[in-house]
Amino acid sequence: MIEQLPVLVIVIPLMAAPLFILIGNRKLVLLLTQLVCWTVFGIAVTLLSRMQDGPISYELGGWPSPYGIVYTVDYLSSFVMLFVSGLGAIVITYAPQSIKKEVHQSKHTLFYASYLLCMTGLLGMCITGDLFNVFVFLEISSLSSYALISLGKTRRAPLAALHYLIIGTVGATFFLIGIGLLYQMTGTLNMADIAARIQPIDHSRTLLVAFAFMTVGLFIKMAVFPLHTWLPNAYTYAPSVVTCFIAATATKVSVYAFIRLIYVIFTPQFAFERLPLDQALMAFSLVGIFVASAAAIYQTNIKRLLAYSSVAQIGYMLLGISMSNVGGLTAGITHMFNHALIKGGLFMVVGCFALRIGSVKLDDLRGAGKTMPLTSFAWVVGGLGLIGLPMTAGFVSKWLLLTSALSLGLWPVAVLMLLSSLLAVVYIWRVVEILYFSPPSHLAQSAKEAPMAMLIPTYVVIGSTIVFGCWTVYSAGIAHAAAQSLLGISQAGGVQ
Amino acid sequence: MNSFPIIRVITKLLIPYILLFGLYVQFHGDFGPGGGFQAGVIFAAALILYGLVYGLPAVHKVAPPKVIEKLTALGLLVYAGTGLVCMLLGGNFLDYDLLNHGVLTELPAAFDFLPGDKPHHFLPEGQHLGIFLVELGVGITVTAVMTMIFYAFAGRERVTS
Repeated sequence: MIEQLPVLVIVIPLMAAPLFILIGNRKLVLLLTQLVCWTVFGIAVTLLSRMQDGPISYELGGWPSPYGIVYTVDYLSSFVMLFVSGLGAIVITYAPQSIKKEVHQSKHTLFYASYLLCMTGLLGMCITGDLFNVFVFLEISSLSSYALISLGKTRRAPLAALHYLIIGTVGATFFLIGIGLLYQMTGTLNMADIAARIQPIDHSRTLLVAFAFMTVGLFIKMAVFPLHTWLPNAYTYAPSVVTCFIAATATKVSVYAFIRLIYVIFTPQFAFERLPLDQALMAFSLVGIFVASAAAIYQTNIKRLLAYSSVAQIGYMLLGISMSNVGGLTAGITHMFNHALIKGGLFMVVGCFALRIGSVKLDDLRGAGKTMPLTSFAWVVGGLGLIGLPMTAGFVSKWLLLTSALSLGLWPVAVLMLLSSLLAVVYIWRVVEILYFSPPSHLAQSAKEAPMAMLIPTYVVIGSTIVFGCWTVYSAGIAHAAAQSLLGISQAGGVQ
Repeated sequence: MNSFPIIRVITKLLIPYILLFGLYVQFHGDFGPGGGFQAGVIFAAALILYGLVYGLPAVHKVAPPKVIEKLTALGLLVYAGTGLVCMLLGGNFLDYDLLNHGVLTELPAAFDFLPGDKPHHFLPEGQHLGIFLVELGVGITVTAVMTMIFYAFAGRERVTS
């Protein structure tokens, strides 16, 4: 059974979702969702623990690669799967009360089914070694996340979901056009096979156009600065649980796909030496970090504030990727993990506020530090992680990024990074001030502390940002191994 | 549409052929052009035509929204279940070679009196059976989803309770 694990990680949630619709019993479905999520997390942990024996590949239907679809598990994909499934499991453990309040009862079964489908799609994008399969899983995760976002309570939720659907579909279509062109060039869809067949020195215009389409398509999905407009509304109006899960995982998996695209298929020589993508990425990232952080400062809705902060944080990941050395790539991958924890945790805190106060407007949160001390403290700890204070996870990735930038002699980038952290201080502090040092609002005055069933998962995630800030064997360590193997592969690709 | 007798009569005449053609495309798909998706769309087209001409309550009686909702899930389960069975039989996911059963795969001798060429496969097995089941799953889901979309657009109220 152990050799079937790479496919079970996809098949279990994929089959559970339709099963839920046949069962239709809300309580049973909730229980099964949690069971499925934790099982998948267990499988992801097992897969990662077997990585020192080398990458695993699994042939679907017994068809050998490159003819059939292959699932490949290596350090990078198992690492991303680990935090996607882990956060998926923790968020769904935290979810029941929040969902009860924010989602109409008749939709609960469908909600859980969509949740699992979304997770299936995200995990599938990580594990598959087939380019067209990436597109299929991208669509599975996107379509289910549109559905999840539209379940929000306000009437603006469906509108935000529609906006995301239109822009997201443009992104997915661009990606598909790129795949089509690559397929036309190489006659194969297997990623390793494509990498072996395209000549990086080839001056083919088709290759350039394919690369451009795929990059822009993924930029939309990642919400890179000028293409991020769908994200703030989608995060703001979605149910809190959905925001927790999607904010923590969805954009990171797109970043993962982007890393694969550059480092495995097209090779950094093509992307960064023939094309000036590294400078472009650096410029987009830095402008994005500043503009989005500045926008976050002026928000009056705490979810929207965090959404803009997410746009800024994607910038740090891309900054690392654009450096194209082991240090930078390690920093980018570590930041994917750390930011997933930090942002997941902070949105879980917001979910607690939404449950007890019934609003996520900063005005209504005034003085909640007195009535909801534990929840508010979790915000402070998570916020420190977002700023990047030493001993928190955010510090680790920013430190790696900083040392990598300095080793490349990119002084301006290092200085700008430090300045941008100050902007994070401003928007986190603004909320802290409102929570602790403002006269309480009516809603906050009558609020109770969040229930333990939600506080414990929140503290597990928030606590882990501290743990991974002090102890980096399993975050930066694995990211380092992943970065090394990626650059190794790309060097081999360059020789061919 | 009560005042258009020609449309009503023609519809009633057409629907059986549309359904039959859907079945043809479905079962032809494992050897020739066709398959579950196309068959599903054709099959749903018959239901939608019925709904357009005779009204939503009539088509709801034939294909209740609740049943259709379950069917969307059932099709996917048939597909993934086929893969799972292959896995339980000891192969990889969707490795149809494991579905060889050897039961009645050739026409029994008792039917030798039939004129003409004998079919090579009586009961499908292996890759053939696998594709057949998977396409069946696709057909069920596509029929159900197309009908659901029609219900969602045609009905003002929510489709499911």
